[in-house]
Amino acid sequence: MHELSVAAAVLDIAQRHAAGRRVVAIELHVGHLRQVVPDSLTRAFELLTHGTALDGTELRITQVPVRGRCLSCGACSELEQLPLDCPVCGSADVELIAGEELLVQSLELEEESCTA
Amino acid sequence: MKVRVVEDALDANNTIARANREDFDRAGVTVVNLMSAPGAGKTALLERVLADTAGVRVGVLEGDVEGSLDAERLARLHVPVVQINTGAGFGGECHLDANMVRSAIGSLALDEIDLLVIENVGNLVCPAEFRVGEDVRAMVCSVAEGDDKPLKYPLMFRACELAIVNKIDLLEHVDADLQKLLANLQSAHPGIATMLCSARTGEGIDALRAWLLGLVRARASV
Repeated sequence: MHELSVAAAVLDIAQRHAAGRRVVAIELHVGHLRQVVPDSLTRAFELLTHGTALDGTELRITQVPVRGRCLSCGACSELEQLPLDCPVCGSADVELIAGEELLVQSLELEEESCTA
Repeated sequence: MKVRVVEDALDANNTIARANREDFDRAGVTVVNLMSAPGAGKTALLERVLADTAGVRVGVLEGDVEGSLDAERLARLHVPVVQINTGAGFGGECHLDANMVRSAIGSLALDEIDLLVIENVGNLVCPAEFRVGEDVRAMVCSVAEGDDKPLKYPLMFRACELAIVNKIDLLEHVDADLQKLLANLQSAHPGIATMLCSARTGEGIDALRAWLLGLVRARASV
């Protein structure tokens, strides 16, 4: 259950970038190779934000499939299971290009109302 | 209004990990983060290995949710041991993170050791996510856990440079197939180094000790 730590870290990043503005949503990219459970992360995030300025902020989690570039045949493919071999030529010499990320991608902030 | 951020969620942890690493480097201490599922035999292996360190000064940072049972076992070897309890002040976390290790650095006499072994909280999932400032990550997987674990918990196996296969004395009593386990290790992490050990019989302990102490010598010769 490290989702609580991850949620706290996401919250810190959002607060820093929002600089006091209301955060409508946080877009998070989670690679399939990361052992982060989206439902647990959402629950942890709700717990941490309850009663704070970020209460009601939506955590939008996009799960990123594993993709690799084969260093033997050059093919870029989605890798669905271990071993992460190239599905085109079978080589194990594959460089991962996606699937290991845990990224706060963007924030959606409430438009500042211009009352002046 | 959409604001682009693109920041690793664990950036703050990684920044603290780098600060730890700088402190360790300054003191000339090599650091190993040793991880495994609970009961795989991390402490038992360390008891065997640290009984004779051939002049290399070793310290241990012991991570557990509660208590100091493992720290007491290792302290009997006259090795300096500092205990971190994640249940006390860290919310019962199932892993060590960079900040917990940072909070313990002050209690470690870094000038008096060459090698620090961080025995992480027993858990096959969470510790793999958190760098703590280590040079090397290694893990213990025991044959009693079954031969399929590398495929079920790939992150941990992918995070480590060395997998120490422990409890090989139990192979005749358990269903795990050693060749299948070794193949699964390579599937999860192509090229991962492996070592076969038994903390109970002592098999493979000399090789493990040579690897561990070799990390310090490799550093000293740089």
